[in-house]
Amino acid sequence: MSLVTTLYVGLFYLATILLVAGLALRIRKYAQTPAPLKIPTMPAPLTETGVAMRMAREVVFFESLFRSNKWTWIFGYLFHFGMLLVLLRHLRYFTEPVWFWVNWIQPFGKYAAFAMLAGLLGLWARRFLVDRVRYISTPSDHLMLALLVGIALSGLGMGYLVHTDIVAVKAFFLGLMRFSPQPLPADPLLLVHLGLVAILMIIFPISKLLHAPGVFFSPTRNQVDNPRERRHIAPWAEQMEASER
Amino acid sequence: MADFEVPELREYPIVPKLKEGTMAHSRPYVAAGKFQTPLGFPEELVDNWKEVAIDKMGELLGKYRSLQVFLDACVHCGACTDKCHYYLGTSDPKNMPVARQELLRKVYRRYFTFAGKYFPKLVGAADLTEEVLDEWYSYFHQCSQCRRCSVFCPYGIDTAEISMAAREIMDAVGKGQKYCNEIIGKVYVVGNNLGLPEPALKDTLEGLEEDIEDDTGVKVRLPLDEKGCEILLVTPSADFFAEPHVDGLMGYAKVFHEAGVSWTLSSKASEAANFGMFIGSYENMRKIALRIREAALELGVKRIVFGECGHAWRVAYSFLNTLAGPFDFLDQKYPIPQHICEFTYNLIQENKLRFNKAANDDMRVTFHDSCNVARGSGMGKMEGGQFIIPRAVIKAACNHFFDMDQDTIHDSTFCCGGGGGLLTDDLMELRVKGAQPRAQALQRVVEDHGVTNMAAICAICKSQFTKVLPYYGFTMDQIVSVHQLVSNAIVLKGSEQEAELAGETE
Repeated sequence: MSLVTTLYVGLFYLATILLVAGLALRIRKYAQTPAPLKIPTMPAPLTETGVAMRMAREVVFFESLFRSNKWTWIFGYLFHFGMLLVLLRHLRYFTEPVWFWVNWIQPFGKYAAFAMLAGLLGLWARRFLVDRVRYISTPSDHLMLALLVGIALSGLGMGYLVHTDIVAVKAFFLGLMRFSPQPLPADPLLLVHLGLVAILMIIFPISKLLHAPGVFFSPTRNQVDNPRERRHIAPWAEQMEASER
Repeated sequence: MADFEVPELREYPIVPKLKEGTMAHSRPYVAAGKFQTPLGFPEELVDNWKEVAIDKMGELLGKYRSLQVFLDACVHCGACTDKCHYYLGTSDPKNMPVARQELLRKVYRRYFTFAGKYFPKLVGAADLTEEVLDEWYSYFHQCSQCRRCSVFCPYGIDTAEISMAAREIMDAVGKGQKYCNEIIGKVYVVGNNLGLPEPALKDTLEGLEEDIEDDTGVKVRLPLDEKGCEILLVTPSADFFAEPHVDGLMGYAKVFHEAGVSWTLSSKASEAANFGMFIGSYENMRKIALRIREAALELGVKRIVFGECGHAWRVAYSFLNTLAGPFDFLDQKYPIPQHICEFTYNLIQENKLRFNKAANDDMRVTFHDSCNVARGSGMGKMEGGQFIIPRAVIKAACNHFFDMDQDTIHDSTFCCGGGGGLLTDDLMELRVKGAQPRAQALQRVVEDHGVTNMAAICAICKSQFTKVLPYYGFTMDQIVSVHQLVSNAIVLKGSEQEAELAGETE
């Protein structure tokens, strides 16, 4: 096995462990931290079903962002749903035989990469052009966009300019999943692409990318409007009450 | 009239360009030791304040999921940057919700996250220093906890939660705000924010009974501490003496009178507002809320009704049951607690109140949705009832009603500029500038529809507007209580007004 292959095998196992364990710990923290008072942003749904609908609108359509700023919404939407299609398309490199619906979206997935890139560039442009957004941008905000743009560009480069041995790439990933490593083609673009993806996986649980699991735990979005009907007391508040009696 | 520049009112709202540091000087008086101790806070800045602050932050992160998730989830997308009335009115970038949150978040990152511990510059993390603490004190007292930003945030990040946590940390290190903490102390000793003792209340209420009798010829009672009544009315203490609040109180009394229910005020729970929320203190908020429970038990009432008060209604609607419940000793047929607007609305629906709308024909009215009613509470058992019900009450009492611009009402409403513990003279510049977005929307309906008056259901809104709207060329009496409109138009059985109307139709 070549040095490159060994390195990338190690990198991807490490990245996967950090991503999964990091996210699991973070999600456990969110789930275990009590929400001591009812604080949904009102008006809020009166039923659990209503809350599920509200959350679905938020996650699928970015409803609040749409109300807030149409430019950010358009770019954000292009990026996120472009990336979703691209990710789903990539499932073909991890499944054998390839699932039928992954074949269906293959043509859309290829163009979605352009949508993803356009969205990212739009979001990045806002960080320079809008004075308010410029003011709140940190170096890591720019680096995060650079990272994602790098992933998109290197991926598109392999699709349209310098092809790699995609059959070998698939064999490499299936090998990883079956714990029997296979050689990885040492094409520069491919190594850049995969290296950036691994970095993204590693920083996911320790960065603002936590907005992805975070939104589901946001008390202003996931609570039912029923405080007059039901008490909503946190364990620590209950203890406080008990100690007074 | 002001030693600062009053923002101009434009025909169309614009988002101002950043002007850094314009409000860096704005800060309320720090609480003296005597105002800190009754609330359980240190008298002055403790020696090891950094340690205490970081410990407190850690404690709050473990107690409040909102804080933990909100400090992690922000992606700096900028959706909130043009939503805060204080940013729109001051142009100070630190009044953009995300920038205000960052003041706390940068310290959170430094002490509680991997990236902030090892790459502080990269992710915008910073040590807690005296300058940072001063900045907290300044800018977390430029947030009225109105929650407008949380409506527009794609993750629902609510700066109010961040401000409350920051204020709680500052209280814990001994840097409390005088206005809020002094007031909470008064509630503990006297029973209300204004420090009105029982004899003064009694005197005031008797005076109001006389006023109503002079106006209508009907003996309408405003009872205090009467046992065995059906309803306990809890209302902001401003209702007992300030204009236009007191006209609202007379309105509630007339509605109760017409409904034929027995009711009473309580000198112990003579305050609806709960400033414990402003300082983010669950303990103090609970202690204040428990006074209402105790008063209800002592007086043996069956129902609790709240008067017109915004933040009070948020605490009452969203928190009271949790803080001071279960209220199993009250009549479960009615909402616990109930808003006076819900009470009046139900009577209107049942056709039990008679109005002579012409009595309000000298007014063309608009309605200011109070922030904490709009985004922190509800009314009726319907989504958005807090928008529908007060308007229905106004329309039942007035012929001429016009709403302000869509982007400035309902859950997009602007705070009056004085909420969240900022209604103090030492923050006058902030209050005037923060009222600019509302004043601008009001100016539009004045010009387009000839609106003469703006009604509100919040004691803070009413006090704030009477004080600051004159800076924008309005007069203080243009702000009215919703139940003042009810009071003007309601036709009491056996009143002089009833006789007059009968005479006209004969």
